[in-house]
Amino acid sequence: MALSKLRRSMLFVPGNNPGMIKDAHIYGSDSIMFDLEDSVSINEKDAARFLVYNALTQLNFGKKEIVVRINDLNSKYGIDDLEAIVRAQPDVIRLPKTETAQDVIDCEREIERIEKEAGIPVGTTKMMAAIESARGVLEAYNIAVSSKRLVAIALGAEDYVSSLKTSRTADGVELMFARSMIVNAARAAGLMAIDTVYSDINNEEGFRKEATLIKSLGFDGKSVINPRQIPPLHEIFTPTEKELEKAFAIIEAIKEAESRGSGVIALNGKMIDKPVVERAKLMIERYEAAHAVYEEV
Amino acid sequence: MQIKTVGVAGTMESSDIVVRVEPNTEKTGGIVIHLESNVIRQYGNQIRKVINDTLTSLGVDSAVVTAVDKGALDCTVAARTKAAAFRAAECADYEWGGGK
Repeated sequence: MALSKLRRSMLFVPGNNPGMIKDAHIYGSDSIMFDLEDSVSINEKDAARFLVYNALTQLNFGKKEIVVRINDLNSKYGIDDLEAIVRAQPDVIRLPKTETAQDVIDCEREIERIEKEAGIPVGTTKMMAAIESARGVLEAYNIAVSSKRLVAIALGAEDYVSSLKTSRTADGVELMFARSMIVNAARAAGLMAIDTVYSDINNEEGFRKEATLIKSLGFDGKSVINPRQIPPLHEIFTPTEKELEKAFAIIEAIKEAESRGSGVIALNGKMIDKPVVERAKLMIERYEAAHAVYEEV
Repeated sequence: MQIKTVGVAGTMESSDIVVRVEPNTEKTGGIVIHLESNVIRQYGNQIRKVINDTLTSLGVDSAVVTAVDKGALDCTVAARTKAAAFRAAECADYEWGGGK
């Protein structure tokens, strides 16, 4: 297990399904998220907790980043989930239904207590906060800066849309404000931003459209509920050879300009300045990270 | 841990196992395991061992276990046995230990 530089895809795996758990690492997602929350019925919370704990402590998921979504700390299952899961040492614990910075602080306090009790170095367990309500969206920046353990904030659309008293549409217009707020808050806090799931698994065209949209908005990736969604998502989020060549050309051009003492130049008729160079560097980093992942697989 | 009632955990789905734990009312006591599995010849002894070791680690020394295996890994057998035992003991006082 390892914290990922890439979070293009985060595969949801129901925590009470041993068949899905044991195969979760073979589909090539950047992160695997074992779920103890909405995919597990109330009567099976205890059984799922034992199953995920044993899977994390006894199975080898290679270098995949392992995330566990716990139940809300205001429910009667949240603390029990933390007691088990912090000790099983996933890379990241995903906190659902985060409404305020205090939710993250409360969860962090419990994680720290359990780390101390279990002899795990304090700070080992990273966190991700899922924002799933109108209030949470308005608090996105305060949430994002509330803990050094946070590596990302994520949008959970189903509950959010309910809290807006609207419904999901094909083009996602109802999510524009939340997505923009979350990605902006994440960037302002130096975190990654993860988009919500696309539930219509048979509609690849719709999925591709949504993935392209959220990439343009600035998201790092998306939660997925079916392994079939991973290849198109990676294709959209991985720079192409052509984009890479262009990025290298920009870097070369600016180096040459700098050697001549000039800060701004033109390449193929377009102005190259600092932001363009920064984007080219990011493009190269993402390409290299993606190809390093392919080599590991 | 004392088994007080019937506790069941697991499903009949592939890679899972249904484990039913109940009090052993026979005077001879002990842990009695009835196992059904498509791979009983290859893995029957191992599955029985995992069930037995899991119950013993919980301090259970008397129980009747009925298990229907659908190709579960050891970690799944242990997880389902624990869940069934805690339910049968009507206990939620889990001790997770130090993890890995």
